[in-house]
This record gives sequence, structure tokens and C-alpha cells, in this order.
Amino acid sequence: MSVLFVLIGASVLVAGAFLFAFIRSVRTGQYDDQYTPSVRMLFDEPSGIASSTQQSKTNGEAPTAEPNNH
Amino acid sequence: MEIAETAAATACYHCGEDLKGSTLKLDNRAFCCEGCKTVYEILSQNNMADYYRLNANPGKNGKDAETVREKYAWLDDSQLARELIQFTDGDISTITFQVPAIHCSSCIWLLENLWKLHPGVVRTQVNFLRREAHVTFREKSISLRQLCELLHRIGYPPDLRAGSTTQAAQPHTQRHWFYRLGVAFFCFGNIMLLSFPEYFGVDALAESEYRNFFGYLNFLLSLPVLLYSSSIFFRSAWSGLRSGVVNMDVPIVLGILVMFLRSSWEIFSHTGAGYMDTLASLVFLMLIGRLFQNKTYDRLSFERDYKSYFPMAVTILRHGSETSIPVASIRKGDRLLIRSEELLPADSILMQGQACMDYSFVTGESAPAEKVAGEILYAGGRQKGSAIEVEVIREVSQSYLTRLWNDAAFRKAETHDVTSMAGRISKTFTFVVLAIAAGAALYWFSSDAHRSLNAFTAVLIITCPCALAISSPFTLGNMLRLFGRKRIYLKNTAVVETLAGIDTVIFDKTGTMTQSGDTGVQWEGDELNDEELAAVRALARQSGHPLSQKLYAGTQSGVLPGITSFAEHTGKGVQGVANGLNVKLGAASFAAPGYATQAEAKTAAVYIGINGTLRGRFLFGNRYRNGLTDLVQELRGKYTLGVLSGDNNAEAGYITALFGRDVLVRFNQSPADKLAAVRELQQQGRKVLMIGDGLNDAGALKQSDAGLSISDDINNFSPACDGIVDALVFRHIPALLHSARKGRRILMASFGLSFLYNIVGLWFAVQGNLSPLVAAVLMPVSSVTIILFTTIASRINVLRSLSDAPDATSVEQ
Repeated sequence: MSVLFVLIGASVLVAGAFLFAFIRSVRTGQYDDQYTPSVRMLFDEPSGIASSTQQSKTNGEAPTAEPNNH
Repeated sequence: MEIAETAAATACYHCGEDLKGSTLKLDNRAFCCEGCKTVYEILSQNNMADYYRLNANPGKNGKDAETVREKYAWLDDSQLARELIQFTDGDISTITFQVPAIHCSSCIWLLENLWKLHPGVVRTQVNFLRREAHVTFREKSISLRQLCELLHRIGYPPDLRAGSTTQAAQPHTQRHWFYRLGVAFFCFGNIMLLSFPEYFGVDALAESEYRNFFGYLNFLLSLPVLLYSSSIFFRSAWSGLRSGVVNMDVPIVLGILVMFLRSSWEIFSHTGAGYMDTLASLVFLMLIGRLFQNKTYDRLSFERDYKSYFPMAVTILRHGSETSIPVASIRKGDRLLIRSEELLPADSILMQGQACMDYSFVTGESAPAEKVAGEILYAGGRQKGSAIEVEVIREVSQSYLTRLWNDAAFRKAETHDVTSMAGRISKTFTFVVLAIAAGAALYWFSSDAHRSLNAFTAVLIITCPCALAISSPFTLGNMLRLFGRKRIYLKNTAVVETLAGIDTVIFDKTGTMTQSGDTGVQWEGDELNDEELAAVRALARQSGHPLSQKLYAGTQSGVLPGITSFAEHTGKGVQGVANGLNVKLGAASFAAPGYATQAEAKTAAVYIGINGTLRGRFLFGNRYRNGLTDLVQELRGKYTLGVLSGDNNAEAGYITALFGRDVLVRFNQSPADKLAAVRELQQQGRKVLMIGDGLNDAGALKQSDAGLSISDDINNFSPACDGIVDALVFRHIPALLHSARKGRRILMASFGLSFLYNIVGLWFAVQGNLSPLVAAVLMPVSSVTIILFTTIASRINVLRSLSDAPDATSVEQ
């Protein structure tokens, strides 16, 4: 029966992983705009992405990360 | 495609507005104005016609697009422009614009493809609900000014007023709610699972090593709930207590603390399983309630004052050269240059040029005021026509209009929620609960000291007013949301409660009872035939004068003829030849020389002369909103009514007929007069609802118990208020009030329901034998039934009361 300790420990860890994923998704801004992405995905060509992927190499995350650091 | 082609015959291909005789065409598509045509040209040249494929007529009317000329010049040299930029590394810069014109998926598409229009734009990201565009650009290849001009030319002028940028700078305020909720849910789920064996009395638990293990784990899991997720309740209760108010969070915090302490004691003394499951579920449910209550309309601001109505910078003439300075640093004696369509930010004397100030938004006066050099111009007017030079005589904060904001009404702090029903109940509630707990403890104390402590804590645990605390967020929050669906946007849930207690309704006239912008045009004189009318309209369209624009918009005719020998005489009128007729329109003396003035019109008038003879005049009266009569009828008897108008008393007769004789009606009211009138009513003990629209109502809106602002376009500026009502549903304000009253009854019923649950719980608690299972079942069940009851009841209430109000489209919510 002592396997119960291991199993419960594992289950809490799995749940913790989900919590971590959730917190990450909030932190990266997935909950900031809950409408526009649903429209954007319907456009035929990915708008602005072509240039943004090429940009993100030189640019890092600077423009989106903290918009209020002037 | 065929649909678009046939529609093109009557509506502008770009903005979908009625062509009204316009003959502008390009690529076989018709346009209502040059502005719309220009946008189409830009887009089609850059292979961006997809814009028109996503939605039919997606554009906004492009008439304003022509005014771009000098509008953004201040961005070139102003320090303010530097502050607008959020991030820059010398090469790449980012900025967030408020773009009120965003309204459909085409807009998102176009703005996010802005890089196709200019190589300097790196990327654009639109937040539709906030009406924001986040632009990354290279300053070396496109300056901020050019970027703004580009946006303006394609029909998406950025909103660069003072208030709009600070608002754009705080996007993450909602995030902590999600963190709290996520943590609470994680802990709640795990504690629940670990508590199941206890509920079912599983034999294995007799082996105390498991029982202790589960207990310790529960204790660990409850720590983040107590320390992080529920910290807002602690904070709110503490700030309430410090200002001498026992708010609803006090009994909640009491319950949570007792629950945690008793559970910890049970776990560590191995005497029981504790109530950690109940604790976590309570916090989780109440957080949902708070999140629900905190519904905000991202793109609407209820706090705007004159600062966000005025521009950020103004052009000042110093030693013969033009420079831009922030509006706040204007000093007495400065000489300003005010261009067409620009706002005058401070009281000034007109030095040079012909002023034609549109004060409609500020004073409620509907006709533009013509002024000549030497006359005083008041702040807040919008210049129509050519540029003028003025000299400032009073600083911005001391101007006629802005002095209003020095009134005490604007400094009054937000009151605590003691006035809300939940707030009033919570004080009594807390003391009654404490009394019962103490009573139970005393009763058992002599016979069984252990039981006495149990009873005391159990009472505090079971009465933790979770159900009570979520009744009000769910009832009022749900009503708030449903009102939003019916185009009534209230600031917060407290406004719903305030509306229920209103007994006096005060209206502003111009822009509130009447339709703003769209005045009725009435012809007085000899009948004009269609050819003559078309000639008059063609001439009016050429003129920049606001009355000409109104004349053009307010009349109907056939195809407009071309105009030759057009001439504009400032301060008098315009003339030109069309259809072989020599047409003059403007002042009486100009339209037909030698003409003796007949009865002077109280409203604005444009006189028409054709081939030298006066044919008559167009009168511009106020057009009252549809359903105004019904609205007044419905409110009469139930509420005390009143009218405060900034306008002259030209329409006093109509208003008395509408409202009856015994009603408070005042004309020529300055903004400060309106505020004083509302205050006077309140001193008589009345609860006043003010319904207004402009800056001139700002004082009254603020002073009143509830201030609603009527707006034809809710994305436009509206003064600080408690709620914004789309003009489309103006007629349904009585239904709104009715529904708010019914909402109060729903609230009372749900309070009653949660008291019932409390009494059942108390029955177990005072006997000192509250089992964790009873608590774990009773608490969530009571909360869930309250949620169901309030949601369903408030839904039926609002949707039935406002059943014939038009729904907002999904994107407008």
C-alpha cells in the first residue's frame, strides 16, 4: 500500500505541471486579448507574421514583453 | 461579387453610406466622397483589395481624411511625441495607438498588413476589444508623424488625446485574477481528491499513517489558497475596518481564518480531517464571483475629463515661427494657431482670421458661432473653416469650461460599498453571527468545554457568507453584462443598484433629447424645383461651412451638377453657377442684396438667392429623438422629471407641452449652473439620475447619484459618467430603470435563500457536531443554487424588460 504515497505524489506533480502551464499562458499574454486571435486565424495569409518572424531574430521579445518601459 | 456591384449603385463602395447624388467613380465603383475614393486607391494600388472581400463596405466615412495636412506636425518636434513611444532601441520602436475606428475584421486585416503599405512598418498587432493597434516600426524609414498620417489617410486616425495614451499603457491589470483563480482551482481540486477517502470512511484510513499523510498534504495545499488567492479578501476587509466600515469581506475573512486554524489544529493533533476542502472551494467560488463582478468594457472609459477631449499639443507662434507645446504649458498671452477642425484649449481673443466655432459638444448650443477679430472665444469650441490666430487670456485650467473641474464634485472620493445592499447587511450580519457563536459557546461551556469551542468555530465556519457574498456579484454582474448586450454600458455593478433607487430624472436637451449633429432642415419660402435644389446642394457641398454641410446632408435631390465660377466670401456665404443658375447661399444680405429682414429666426438659417432674387431660407431646428414622447410618458408619474438646457429657450413651448407645466425646466444653463441645480435637488433629499451627452453636462453627471451619457458612437469621447447609453436605445431608459428595480428584488430573494442555508448550517453548528462532510456539501450546494437562481432570474428580468431594444452585435460587447 505504500505505493499510494508515490502515486499521490505523482498526481500532485502532474497537476502542478498543468498549473505551471496555465500560469505561463497567462504570463505570455494569452488571456490579454480573448477576441482578436479568433478573427486573425481566419485570414488567408498570416498577416504581419512574414516580417515578424524575420524580425524577431534581431529584435528578441523587446517590443511585446514590457510595453511600458520608456 | 455581384452583390457588391449592385450595391455600388446606391451606396459608397468604401464606407457603405448613401451616395446622395455623388458621381465619384473609380474602377466602376462609386464613392460618396474624395476621402473614401483615396483610401480605395491606396489599397488597390498595393494589392490590398482583400480588405473589401472580408466585409462589404468595411470603411468608415473618409470625409475627415482630407484634414490630415498639418494635424500631426507637432509629432516632429515635440517632447510629447517622445513620451508616446513605449520602447525604442534607436532603430526599432514600438507604440500603442488607440484607434476608435476599428470596428470589423477587415480593420484587423488592414492594420495588421500595414507593412505592405510602408516598408518602415515592421509589424502591427491589433487588440480588437480595446480598439488598440500595437505598431513596431523603424524610425529611420518612417517617422512617427508619417506613421500617424499613413493611418489617418487609410481611415484609421489614431487617437492622440491626453487621456488615451495613459489608458493604453496598462494592459495587464486583469492578469492577477487569472493567477489567483488558477492557484485556487489547483489546490481546490487536489484537496477535494485527497478528502474523498475521508467522506466515504474508507477503512484503509483507519491506518493513521495515510490519514496523517493526507492531512499534511491538505495543509500544504491550503497554504497558497490562504496566503495568495484569498489575500484580496483580507486586504479589502482590512481597508474597510480601518475606515470604520464592516464590509462583506469581514465575515468572510473571519470564516476563512477560523476554518484554517481549526482545520490545522485538527490535522496536527490527529483529531479530525479539517475543513480545508470547504475553504478552498469557498475561495475559488468567491474569486469567480469577483471576476464576474469586475466586468469592464475595455474600450470605454468612464473617467474622461476635458483633458482627454483636448489635444495633447497645440501650435504656438513665437517670434514668427510655429512650434508645438503641450496644452498644459499654455500661458496667458501666448499666441496660438488653430487650424480647421482643431479645438481651442483655452479662453482666448481672436486676433486674426474668421472664427466659426462649433460649441455644440461644450455648451449644447447647436448653431456654430461666427466671431470676428477682437471677440472672445471660449475653450472647447472646434474651429470650422480656415485657420485662425488667437491670444490666450486665461490658462487652460482657469477657462470658462474647465473651471468646472475645480468644483468639489470632482474631488469627492469613491465611496465605500456601504451604500450597497450587501454592504448594509454585512454589518448586522457580522454582529449577529458573532453573537450566535458566542451564545453557542456559552451554552456548552459549563457542560463540555471541548464542545463549546467546537460550536464556536463551527458557527463561524458555516456562516462564512459565501452564498451571501456571491449573490450580489452574480445578480448585478449578470445584469451589467446583459445591459451591455442591449447597448447600455454601465461603469460597475454599484451603478445597477444606484439606478434602482432613483426618484428624479433630469435631461439635458441638445444632443440628449435631440439628435446630435443631425439637425432637421426645414425649407421656408417658394418651392424649389429639383433642378434648383440640386444646384443648391452642389454648391453647399463645395463649402466647408458647417451649415452648408448640414444643408447638404439634410436634403435629397437628383444628380448634382458641376459648378463653375465658385467663390467663397468669408463671413457671408458662397456663390457659383450650376445648371445655368446663379446661386448664392449664406446670410440674408448676401443672398439677395437690398432685402429687408423678415422675422428673425431663433434657430440658424441659410438664405438662398437664385439669379438675384431671394427664394427663401433653410432653417436648422433640433430634431428630437424617436420615441421621446413615449419615454416621457412612461417616466411621468413614477419619477420627478426635469430639463436643464444650455441652449436658448427657442423650444420652450415644445418642452412644456411634452413634460407638463409643473416640471423643472431651465434654459441658458452654464455647466456650473447644471451642477448646482443637481446639487440643489440632492439637498432636498432626491436621488438624481442625470442624462446628458456633452462636456457641459460633465459637472451634473458627476454630481448626480447616477449619470448616464447618451452617445451616437460609443467609441467617441463621452464625458466622465456612470454609464454610456447608445443613442439607439435611448427610448429604453425607462425599461432600464424598471429592470434595475426588479434586480433589487432578485438580490433580496437570493439573500433570503442564502440565509435559509445558513440557518440549516447553524442547526448543526450550534450543537457542536458539524462534520466536515456536511460543511463540504452544504457550502458549495448553497453557492451553486444561488448562482443558478440569480443568473436565471436576472436574465429573465433584463431580457424581458428590454425585449424590444436592439441587441449589440457580438463585437460591440
